[in-house]
Amino acid sequence: MYPLEGTGPLGPLLPEHMSEFVVGIVLFFIVFLVIWKIVVPRFETMYAERADEIRGGIERAEEAQAQAEAALAKYNARLAAADDEAAEIRDAAKATGAAIEAEARTKAEQEAARIVHSARVQVDAERAAAVDELRKDVGLMATTLAGRILGETLDDDARVIRTVDAFIASLDEETAKK
Amino acid sequence: MANPTMGLTLLEGAPSFGVEAFDSQPLFPSAQWQMCHPFEGEAPVECANLPAVWSDVWITNHILMAIIGAALAILFWLIVSHKPKVVPSKRQWAGEYLYNMLRNGIAREIIGEGYQKFVPWLVALFSFIIINNLFGSFFLVMFPTFSVIGFAWGLALLSWLLYNIVGIRQHGFFKYVKHMIVPGDVPGPLLILIIPLEFLSNFIIRPITLGLRLFANLFAGHLLIMIFVVGGSWLLLSSEQIPIYNIAGGLSLAISFGLFALELLVAYLQAYIFTVLTAQYVASAKAETH
Repeated sequence: MYPLEGTGPLGPLLPEHMSEFVVGIVLFFIVFLVIWKIVVPRFETMYAERADEIRGGIERAEEAQAQAEAALAKYNARLAAADDEAAEIRDAAKATGAAIEAEARTKAEQEAARIVHSARVQVDAERAAAVDELRKDVGLMATTLAGRILGETLDDDARVIRTVDAFIASLDEETAKK
Repeated sequence: MANPTMGLTLLEGAPSFGVEAFDSQPLFPSAQWQMCHPFEGEAPVECANLPAVWSDVWITNHILMAIIGAALAILFWLIVSHKPKVVPSKRQWAGEYLYNMLRNGIAREIIGEGYQKFVPWLVALFSFIIINNLFGSFFLVMFPTFSVIGFAWGLALLSWLLYNIVGIRQHGFFKYVKHMIVPGDVPGPLLILIIPLEFLSNFIIRPITLGLRLFANLFAGHLLIMIFVVGGSWLLLSSEQIPIYNIAGGLSLAISFGLFALELLVAYLQAYIFTVLTAQYVASAKAETH
């Protein structure tokens, strides 16, 4: 039998033996079964693992990024808080400084006023004392002077004092008029 | 063995080996087979009416080749998919490359949704065909298994069964047949023309062209190589006193290298086309619209 010549009306287009047809189909099914049951599952499992790994990697990266962002936010918040606190402290310090200054100024003023007042009181007292002493001396000197001039001793103290008082009163009146 | 025809006997006295590769030859020929296939020069015996001995039919050179081809296909896939790692080795990468081409490039691209079910079929189809095709350019074997048409018809029948069964399971028998032979948007009168055409094209022509295309490409390719190699070497070594014989022989041997390269391409291309068309038919059977 020569397949190139063919055996029937279809020439070489008919199989020489049916065995080839059958064996071809059976062999294909064997190859198919092995690939279906063993090879494809192996590859697909590996693909799934690979996809998982990649997805897991992305998730891990996202998590890390989220953590980093959270840390940054926290840091920024703390920084802002610290800034606020510093500003507060500064403000407080300023206020305290101002208060201290004001207090010191007040105290100084009070002290100055007190010093001025006491000085004035002292001056007044000394003046009064001086005036008293002067009055006494002036009276004595005046009477002595008058006695000498008049020649008479003004022994009568009561009269002398009356005269002097009257004189001083007239002096006071003159000063008041002026 | 008598000289086969088909034009190769143009060269008187040219060796007839090579053409014999198309003959199915039993590995363990029975006495009856030997009697019916006498050596050259012996008188042929009329054997047409004798019942064939089973081993002469079932254990032949071509069948052994197909078995080796299938075994190689299985071996290849088992090796490249052995303990696959997320980060592939070179061995695994080679397998993955091919697997991806079939899975993503053909199955997913053409069939679309639900393609995973068909990946094993397409992978098996492609690898079984391409290995047997490459036998045509491979020393020791030097014969593409699918240039024996029985194998090609077998695979064509399987593809035919596959897409029809998929279609029937998807739509139900009558809806599927209607889906395949009545295209939408065709005006009434044209249907008289379209329906028989679609029926012919989708149910009859498809498997025939599948099988024929595979067979004829490899058959013709192998014949061509044989003519150039066997004829060329015979001419080159020709003892006749015409130098042009030797020159032509050398030339045709040189050309045969190009033809071998072409055959490698054909081997790949035919395996690819068979797989793509099978996927395409499955896709058209599954499709909701025509």
